[in-house]
Amino acid sequence: MELWLSCAIGFLVFCGIYLLLRARTFPVALGLTLLSYAINLFLFSMGRLHTGMPAVIGSAADYTDPVPQALVLTAIVIGFAMTAFVLVLALRAHVLLGSDHVDGHEKKTEEGA
Amino acid sequence: MNHWIMIPVILPLLLGAVLAWLSDERATLQRRLSLAGSLALLAVSLLLMQTANQEQVQIYSLGNWSAPFGIVLVLDRLSALMVLTTAVLAALVNGYACAGDDKRGRYFHALFQFQIAGICGAFLTGDLFNLFVFFEILLIASYALLLHGGGSQRLRSAVHYVVLNLVGSTLFLLGAGLVYGISGTLNMADIARFVQQAEGDSLYLMHAAGWILILVFGLKAALLPLHFWLPRAYASATAPVAALFAVMTKVGLYAILRFVTLIYAAEADAASAFDLDLLFAIALLTLLLGALGAFAADTLHSMLAWLVLVSVGTLLAGISLASEQSIAASLYYLLHSTWGIAGMFLLADLIARQRGKLAARLRTGPPLLTPARLGALFFVGAIATAGLPPFSGFIGKLSLLQSASGPYAAWLWPALLLAGFVVIVALSRAGSQLFWQQGSPLPEPVEPLQPVRFATALLLTGSAVLLLVAAGPVLDYCLTTAQQLLQPELYLKQLEGG
Repeated sequence: MELWLSCAIGFLVFCGIYLLLRARTFPVALGLTLLSYAINLFLFSMGRLHTGMPAVIGSAADYTDPVPQALVLTAIVIGFAMTAFVLVLALRAHVLLGSDHVDGHEKKTEEGA
Repeated sequence: MNHWIMIPVILPLLLGAVLAWLSDERATLQRRLSLAGSLALLAVSLLLMQTANQEQVQIYSLGNWSAPFGIVLVLDRLSALMVLTTAVLAALVNGYACAGDDKRGRYFHALFQFQIAGICGAFLTGDLFNLFVFFEILLIASYALLLHGGGSQRLRSAVHYVVLNLVGSTLFLLGAGLVYGISGTLNMADIARFVQQAEGDSLYLMHAAGWILILVFGLKAALLPLHFWLPRAYASATAPVAALFAVMTKVGLYAILRFVTLIYAAEADAASAFDLDLLFAIALLTLLLGALGAFAADTLHSMLAWLVLVSVGTLLAGISLASEQSIAASLYYLLHSTWGIAGMFLLADLIARQRGKLAARLRTGPPLLTPARLGALFFVGAIATAGLPPFSGFIGKLSLLQSASGPYAAWLWPALLLAGFVVIVALSRAGSQLFWQQGSPLPEPVEPLQPVRFATALLLTGSAVLLLVAAGPVLDYCLTTAQQLLQPELYLKQLEGG
């Protein structure tokens, strides 16, 4: 289970970083989202991986750590708000600057493209 | 429990909520409330400073959950000093904004108060995850404040600023998660205790987590490889916002100082994996790069933004030396640079207002309406910023230079003095261009200098004189702060319950 989870997190981070390095604001916003998903999974796994155990002490023989779950909830809420903000900002930049390039203007075509 | 510790967070937060709810037609009421809040914060922070100076480290357990389990706010000399720095800056900048800049966009006062709440919270909290939350509060307020006033230039720099800081936030979570996964706690005192006893794999992992977190704090503080966002963002922000942002880089530096003295304190001595020489090298490079950037800047605003980098480099050099004298010198320099640079940002705005379309571009322009007053203030501010005698910048730099010894001194002296020299040249070039080389006057009349704006700029820039007059007591306080920081066991006492 640990191996699969770490592979999944790694793949999400890989996709996130790839998209983050794109020059358009929409892929960048998607990249940020994927990256925050990966980090949320990572945070969640920091309480160690268990199946079928409650996050309450005393109600079963063993329990999972409730703190990372609380942290992930907070991180998800904050991440949502931030993603919404980035999207609004990207839209406004696109409308106002007439370009969805992250620098706000198209690169001068030096490559002769 | 001393409930006053909670006030610097609660007061601006509630006030911000009320201000956001008030409609923008009631501008006078908004301004009065916001100013009253800032002044009340100033009074509370003075009170906290007095409390922190009399007794040992005080804690405030939220919801009365005791130390390692609940979230605590911690009041020691350092956090009191940082809150006071913020409160003074906020009150004056708020006064400046109320002279008209707050109406250039919506919700200025609400965002301003939220930003203050986030900054004060970051200084006071004793919990790593709570620090993350306060960072997010101050960041989201700063995203919107950066856009205040509108315009495509601001929008462009805001996209970079927001994306970079969101990546920083995910890295923060990565570091905090790693710390929790290894040590099983998020209370900073408890983490420090864990690191003291850790060995083998868990110690190495804690080092990795520590460096990830320092990377994040370095991004906020705009240290060398992570500084690209700062000059553009600060130069394009509205004057009061840029002035308020003068304290934002200090939040990152504060976090680095807290980590280095509290959590990795034992490691720093042992010259193990967590050695501070890397930070020292980064500090010097940041310092030199900032000076070069200031030299190359083509507007006064971007020159000031690069000067923020110079101050960040100087401060980090003091922190990474991690001795009593160097930390004390850094704290003194922190006060000076925060207020001084903020005052210079306000002053730059006043100058730009009198130059028509040319604004703060460093070219020969129309004669200013009030050259004597603005020129004199620029002169004082420039001398203080460059670190020439007699003002506070000189005292700060001198005590920092004196605190370095051995090979560190051999690196610090030339770097600091060279950067100082380049800054002097840059500022005198800017000053002579703005005040002496004059072209034809503007066709249309400019708005007269508003006394409120001038007074707040004067007070912030003039803090250099105040810090000079009060240098003795202020340096003493900084020294006792540094002594307290270098005895982490005082901070760890909160774990014993009470």
